[in-house]
Amino acid sequence: MFELAIGIILAGCAVGAGLALIAGIGPGIGEGNAVAKACEAIGRQPEAKSDVTSTMILGCAIAETTGLYGFVTGLLLLFVAPKMLVNILVDIIGR
Amino acid sequence: MTKSRRFKIEDILLIAGMILPIVTGIVIKVLFTPQSEDSISITGALIFFEIPLSKLGLKWDLPITEAQVNSWLVIISIFFLCLFMTHGLNEKTPLKRQHLAEWIIEKVDKLVQDNMGNHFMGYAPFIIAMMALSAFSSLMTLFGLFPPTSDLNVIAGWAILVFILITYYKLKCGFLNYLKGFTQPIPVFTPFNILGEFSTPLSMTFRHYGNIVSGTVISALLAAALKILSNAVFGWLPGKLGEFPFFRIGLPAVFSIYFDVFSGCIQAFIFAMLTMLNVSSAFDYEDYQKRQAKRLAKLARRQSQNS
Repeated sequence: MFELAIGIILAGCAVGAGLALIAGIGPGIGEGNAVAKACEAIGRQPEAKSDVTSTMILGCAIAETTGLYGFVTGLLLLFVAPKMLVNILVDIIGR
Repeated sequence: MTKSRRFKIEDILLIAGMILPIVTGIVIKVLFTPQSEDSISITGALIFFEIPLSKLGLKWDLPITEAQVNSWLVIISIFFLCLFMTHGLNEKTPLKRQHLAEWIIEKVDKLVQDNMGNHFMGYAPFIIAMMALSAFSSLMTLFGLFPPTSDLNVIAGWAILVFILITYYKLKCGFLNYLKGFTQPIPVFTPFNILGEFSTPLSMTFRHYGNIVSGTVISALLAAALKILSNAVFGWLPGKLGEFPFFRIGLPAVFSIYFDVFSGCIQAFIFAMLTMLNVSSAFDYEDYQKRQAKRLAKLARRQSQNS
């Protein structure tokens, strides 16, 4: 019974971490769009290349944030949550 | 200009001051890291020891972690770097390092002026300090040390500092104005505005931390995968030669250029950039000037009435 409960916790954490990393799709599409537009802009105005590039990198890094939220959540689910949840379970059963 | 002997000795001492903290970090890491087999694990900062605050009646002990020690080492190293760059400043025969230092200062001044305006020029030293600390902390991975920026607490500290600055500048425009800002554009938005206030430091923290840690995690996964791959391919070689991970030579360095060097420097720049934008957008300088002028006029009128 106890093993089953721990197994369910671990499985839930692993599946949750996998689902959390779906968040990577959004920034991927967004950054792709940003870079495509930047390439167009450079093609139209090659003299503004340095300005366009620095603005693009800043924008990309900010667009990445939502993906990183997912990543941090995934890390927490993989490395922090199982221990915590198992401790809670042990507390409950011990009582 | 020929350098005198005294100048050269001072130079050598300053360079030693830059390098010694890094060496100290490596020595501490070698001494304190627990022995483990060749398995690759992803862990947080190592706790060296704990200052027993619980004996004084507090609830928690104060842990001294790898991240804290390494960030102090970075600070000492940057301190000696600055002394080295400004050593032997003169107007007539500037040294090469003086040109470099002037170029950096000019660039940062221009960046701050473009993004924050003339009123905030006093922020240039703060911005360059933040950039240098962040970039050099991330670059600690090149020496095999734990980068302080891949600890959530370190970045959270910096982000809280920025949050305090933002709030200070919002309050400087008047306390009532600050409260009124929460009910913009309509009073229904108040809870979202309060949440939005806290999301700024949170997103700054997660952005920087997530970028650095993702690089670390992917490097660790790559190293593990390359070991398995080279065992599969070269496993037939006799003895120790078969266990040696050949694919780990060189290949991780290519990824490290992006994940450690590029990502670390870009994140430092972005953190500084967001600090500048947030702080300067929190403070409406023209409105502030108008209010100051009104207040001065009021004072002058009162004085003339009294006299």
